Amino acid sequence: MSYLHNIGSYFLMIAEMFRKPTKWSVMRTLILKDIDDLIIGSLGIVAFISFFVGGVVTIQTALNISNPLIPKYLIGFATRQSIILEFAPTFISIIMAGKVGSFITSSIGTMRVTEQIDALEVMGINALNYLVFPKFIALMLYPFVISIAMFLGILGGMAAVIFGGFGTLEDFITGIQIDFIPFHIIYAFIKTFVFAFLLATIPSYYGFYMKGGALEVGKASTTSFVWTSVAIILLNYILTQLLLST
Amino acid sequence: MIEVKNIHKSFGDAHILKGISTTFEKGKTSLVIGQSGSGKTVFLKCLLGLFTPEEGGIEYDGKIYANLTDDEKRNLRAKMGMVFQGSALFDSMTILENVMFPLRMFTKQSKSEMQDRADFVLNRVNLENAHNKMPSEASGGMQKRVAIARAIVNKPKYLFCDEPNSGLDPKTAIVIDNLIKEITEEYNITTIINSHDMNSVMEIGEKIVFLKDGLKAWEGSKENIFKTDNEVVTDFVYSSNLFKKVRQMYLEEKG
Repeated sequence: MSYLHNIGSYFLMIAEMFRKPTKWSVMRTLILKDIDDLIIGSLGIVAFISFFVGGVVTIQTALNISNPLIPKYLIGFATRQSIILEFAPTFISIIMAGKVGSFITSSIGTMRVTEQIDALEVMGINALNYLVFPKFIALMLYPFVISIAMFLGILGGMAAVIFGGFGTLEDFITGIQIDFIPFHIIYAFIKTFVFAFLLATIPSYYGFYMKGGALEVGKASTTSFVWTSVAIILLNYILTQLLLST
Repeated sequence: MIEVKNIHKSFGDAHILKGISTTFEKGKTSLVIGQSGSGKTVFLKCLLGLFTPEEGGIEYDGKIYANLTDDEKRNLRAKMGMVFQGSALFDSMTILENVMFPLRMFTKQSKSEMQDRADFVLNRVNLENAHNKMPSEASGGMQKRVAIARAIVNKPKYLFCDEPNSGLDPKTAIVIDNLIKEITEEYNITTIINSHDMNSVMEIGEKIVFLKDGLKAWEGSKENIFKTDNEVVTDFVYSSNLFKKVRQMYLEEKG
């Protein structure tokens, strides 16, 4: 029953988030601050992980292609497909559930514990709109992060091919261009927008409705990471089934 | 003026407020006292509109809260100032930004006008040189003063304080109590303080409402609280040795 209660409360929270909007001059500042915290602040870790995981995907693909009849450009092709379809949108989103999600839950949870949310409500401010809506808007720039992850993942793969001696640059470039289906990019960005919504709202829900003290803030952060990851993985499956299977 | 009429509030099976009626007058500092768990905080949250009583009603200057529209409730809330037990300052903002916050949210003042008003109230609470400090850099007493400044910056009609001097040393506690009383008289606002500190009662309590197990056990002035024969009140008031001795001396003096 508590699962159903949580799901119901989550959707009510989303509806409430759009009611009684905060003054635009204040909201603008909040959105810019959240873009800095959630998007700009994540670029470093996303770039680092994307580059090296891209390299690892390439090395593993190259090492598994031992048949001389399989063309070498397949390394580039496999790298591109893995990174665009799964690694950048899904794997990076799981990492972001840990980084951004924990940050959102702990910052809102701490505001709950220290009565800052009560202070907003006493003033007649819609605390959900004030706290969650700017994060939701900021994370609409999340596809920008994923674009960088895609680019750097493929770049990492290219570097691994060249410096590891697994093939030629020409083969790799041929591979990343061959049989390119533009809809795959659209599919990746549809997933990215859905995951961005989950990343903004599920951690906010766990932070906003938490009860207790500092220990519970830590527990709420862990729970929010688990459920954000579960929701991402489930929706990844559903969206892939809906968008790619014919 | 705030009139509370027979309010009841429950959470599940727990009946917290069991029919409380009282009046809080304008320009006076009223204290709601009682032991922990007596229902003080729930009572204060009902007055703030954070909890809705199941029975009874609350009138703010003749307007019944339950009958107000959402916009009217919002406007009424903008006229309320609240000082939380833990100050509840926004830790991502400087002290000046914290004080300016209600003005940014509810007024159309220019930045310089807001800054002037914030400077004025910060000076009023004796915090002239703390504008750019973060709340984490301020002492407990300073944080309470910032919370008071934030509560009064938008010229509220009602000021609520939840144990404003808890965790403060006795000297700073008296400073905070007196500051609240001065502000109440100066701006002619209705001030209600939740407390279980008898020193506050002695310092600033013009009207005292004593709660026990969700019921109003007694109400009166600070002078009368030491004369009452109500056992529930005397048990609470004279639980400290200091007050026991003061009462003994008072009775001896009177013969």
